Amino acid sequence: MGEAIVITSGKGGVGKTTTTANIGTALALMEKKVCLIDTDIGLRNLDVVMGLENRIIYDIVDVIEERCKLKQALIKDKRFDYLSVLPAAQTSDKSSVTTEGMLRIITELKQEYDYIIIDCPAGIEQGFQNAIAGADKAIVVTTPEKSSVRDADRIIGLLEKEDMVEPPRLVINRIRNHMMKSGDMLDIDDVLQILSVDLIGIVIDDEEVIKASNKGEPVAFKPNTKASIAYRNIARRILGETVPLQNLDTEKGMMQKVKKFFGMRV
Amino acid sequence: MVQEKKQLITMKGTKDGLTLFIEDSCSFEQAIQELGRKMKESRPTQHEPIVSVRVKLGHRYLNDEQLERLKQTICEENRFTIHSIESDVVLREEARLWQANSEIKAMNRIVRSGQILHVTGDLLLIGDVNPGGKVTATGNIYILGNLRGIAHAGVDGDIKAFIAASFMNPSQLRIADYISRAPDYESDGVYMECGLVDEEKDKIIIDRLQVLSHKRKEINRFERRMQNG
Repeated sequence: MGEAIVITSGKGGVGKTTTTANIGTALALMEKKVCLIDTDIGLRNLDVVMGLENRIIYDIVDVIEERCKLKQALIKDKRFDYLSVLPAAQTSDKSSVTTEGMLRIITELKQEYDYIIIDCPAGIEQGFQNAIAGADKAIVVTTPEKSSVRDADRIIGLLEKEDMVEPPRLVINRIRNHMMKSGDMLDIDDVLQILSVDLIGIVIDDEEVIKASNKGEPVAFKPNTKASIAYRNIARRILGETVPLQNLDTEKGMMQKVKKFFGMRV
Repeated sequence: MVQEKKQLITMKGTKDGLTLFIEDSCSFEQAIQELGRKMKESRPTQHEPIVSVRVKLGHRYLNDEQLERLKQTICEENRFTIHSIESDVVLREEARLWQANSEIKAMNRIVRSGQILHVTGDLLLIGDVNPGGKVTATGNIYILGNLRGIAHAGVDGDIKAFIAASFMNPSQLRIADYISRAPDYESDGVYMECGLVDEEKDKIIIDRLQVLSHKRKEINRFERRMQNG
């Protein structure tokens, strides 16, 4: 039996889809069978980020309305077999997706896959309810901005009312280290103090993420970028490993290290 | 005859005025008639000051209509004013209400954005109130945690109610009909403070918790709300 994890945030544009794509890719790189589901009906993006847009024939609404079998709608990733994507519908009406339909799809997918990662739409309306309906666990994505933290707080409140296996965990995305240090951005402790949930990962604001998603290749494929390592760490934590948080500081020069050693300001 | 043996109405003068004991074993009608007669006999003359009266009903319960008649009998035409009417019995329903209003309800949770926590009586919250969250209580609010959202004490109009928090950085404090909001500039919040209505300034002030010990002494008294009714 697999496990369904919903990636949600409340606010739009904080990186739910990117996080979904990258956590999925990272898990698949560790040889887990992963299926990604895009539930943002009418505004589908996940297939674009994964570079699978051209291969869509059927979508989730076709499955729910029984125009095709679930297997027919799943798109195998072009890079490796462990990963599949169930795309959202771009044209259909949102109301055609129901919580029952979602539950049916997820139960069926759980037989086959180790992890089902659900990309949730922004907002707290029916789309959100559908996305969390079948999920066992939840990961909330936020950025270190007040508005985004506020929405994450609201979402956590709603998730706590659901019957999930464990309380939601948090990803802090788009961290800019220099701004956090200068106090222009909320720092990690500020965010955690308000939300009081467990942190599952922090991801730095990295240009590579944008480059990669424009190419349709999740950044997690790249071996050495900071963001890629961050997503892989999150995947390892999902698997139950204990991985220390990434050091956000960029490498310092030799002179600075010496100065720091002598307690001088750097 | 019972009336002959026992005084239905006993009057006692004290330095605060007059205390009336109404015998609780006779019928209300008997009592009220006797009372009317006695009041007329003993009412102060035009030159004397108005006398305040405490009425003690003993084990008698009066409904609203009877209370009204009692008040009329005492006050009408006579130069008396009623200070209080006390009965040793209360309705079960009223007692429950009193209990609910004087109890401290302990809660252990985080009030997150969009959530509202309301209690009757005092609220003791062990946990935070996050921005966008709201807690309300008919009595006082005590927060063992961070208050960053809205707290509304004394929602039914008790301006003596107050709000105390381990860490106070609220977006708004409301007490009865008073509202105060956080300043527009970024504030860091304060530890161990309380908000209460300052009646002279006619607004909510925030001060150290220590001031409560002289500004809100009645917090110690269990019956404080019972007397406020």
